[in-house]
Amino acid sequence: MPPPVLSVRELSKNYGSLVAVDGISFEVARQEIVGLLGPNGAGKTTTINMILGVLEPSGGSIRIEEVDLAKRRSQALERTNFAAVYAPLPGNLTVEQNLRLFGLLYRVKKLGERIEQLIHEFGLDALRHAKCGVLSSGEQTRVCLAKAMLNRPRLLLLDEPTASLDPATAQEIRVMIRQFAAAGPTGVLWTSHNMYEVEEVCDRVLFLSHGKILLEGNPKTLPGEHGRETLEDLFIAVAREPLALARA
Amino acid sequence: MAFERTAAIVLRQYYLLRGSPARVLPLFAWVTIDMVLWGFMSRYLNTFTASRFNFIPALLGAVLLWDFFIRVMQGVTTAFFEDVWSRNFLNFFASPLRVTEYLAGLVISSIGTSIIGLVVMLILSTIIFGLSLFSYGIVLVPFLLVLFLFGIALGIVATSLVLRLGPAAEWFIWPIPALISPFVGVFYPLTTLPAWMQSVARVLPPSYVFENLRAMVSNGKPSAFSLAAALLLAAADILIACWIFVRTYRRAVRTGLIARYSAETLT
Repeated sequence: MPPPVLSVRELSKNYGSLVAVDGISFEVARQEIVGLLGPNGAGKTTTINMILGVLEPSGGSIRIEEVDLAKRRSQALERTNFAAVYAPLPGNLTVEQNLRLFGLLYRVKKLGERIEQLIHEFGLDALRHAKCGVLSSGEQTRVCLAKAMLNRPRLLLLDEPTASLDPATAQEIRVMIRQFAAAGPTGVLWTSHNMYEVEEVCDRVLFLSHGKILLEGNPKTLPGEHGRETLEDLFIAVAREPLALARA
Repeated sequence: MAFERTAAIVLRQYYLLRGSPARVLPLFAWVTIDMVLWGFMSRYLNTFTASRFNFIPALLGAVLLWDFFIRVMQGVTTAFFEDVWSRNFLNFFASPLRVTEYLAGLVISSIGTSIIGLVVMLILSTIIFGLSLFSYGIVLVPFLLVLFLFGIALGIVATSLVLRLGPAAEWFIWPIPALISPFVGVFYPLTTLPAWMQSVARVLPPSYVFENLRAMVSNGKPSAFSLAAALLLAAADILIACWIFVRTYRRAVRTGLIARYSAETLT
């Protein structure tokens, strides 16, 4: 059995006495899409930032395709990429310039061909010479996703990737990411507050509350296992009554 | 170190310069003003002095070298500010980019932009005011090298300061050359300064350059020993500056400041 693309062990982050992430462990397998869910402040973005190497954990380990992030950061991140609503690409560069710049950072082979392929796949042909700062939020999201696919990452981190997209475009993007994960050796860690989307896309979900993983399972069956009708009901219960769920 | 990643940082600067006259103009506008202003000032002062002393190389030459130093320093800081202004730290530092590759990219960008300023200054000072720095020959190389190395070192320290204190600390950076200039004796011998300022001057490499420039103008003999000392000092400053930047970066990663840079502080 191939090793997981992401292996997180006893990961924690403290800010003084505040515990943001409290010893969580999980894995993401190849071709698997895992949803990281939880209310605001649950520790999702802190976890993602630690996996991206921009936040040093207080404890625990992160391995990306068996490469220890703490010891071989650059090699681990060559296998990773991300898109997040709070990390738009530089608005003073064009779509094509941004893709070239990040392609060089990720040392993408045959970069010119790869850029053309992604520009075509994400419907960016007409926007290739437009500065990213003048694009609509939906177009910017598509550019960010194209950048996230540049290096054909083994681990793809998506923090609310469809938050600013209209339903039709969001649907297209979801299909594209599912195909991307199914076709190659990639695993995806996905955060979203859209439970319909999570149910449609994710193979497995992790519910985070107060820095701990409270629940884990199949998004289609997990609500029923905890006496809730929908994933959204379960999300609300996690946000309002985490202790009751933890005891159950 | 990966060449492609350093090239990416340089390429970003090239794209920005290519598409923006507002970025290109400052590369030579201020140095042009300085050359014209100090060129005429030097000519005017020459009318008061005995024919033996020429203010053109002593004053205009000093201004040219000092402006070169400022261009080098600001070449590093401006390239860094582009990431501050475009809120790009998360994209860069969540990539495989190493700190050394990032710094190398800033330095190479600075070499490109400062050379543009230097060429403009040399053309203007030579054609309009007859300053022939090239006539000093090979001795100009250590002068420029010391100023270049110290400009890079100061630029890296300045970026560390902004990385540590947040985007609002940018205003600290622009006056740094003006704060240093009284100590390094751009326009006067160091003996003019009080003892405590001379002590400060001794640890600042540019002070050796300007002392030697004046020595060269008056008797044609720079001191190889003091220029070697200046080179060593400047090289040490580069190492110290890189150490400060790496420490600041690691702290920013430990506290989470890199990911939330626009917040300026997490405390």
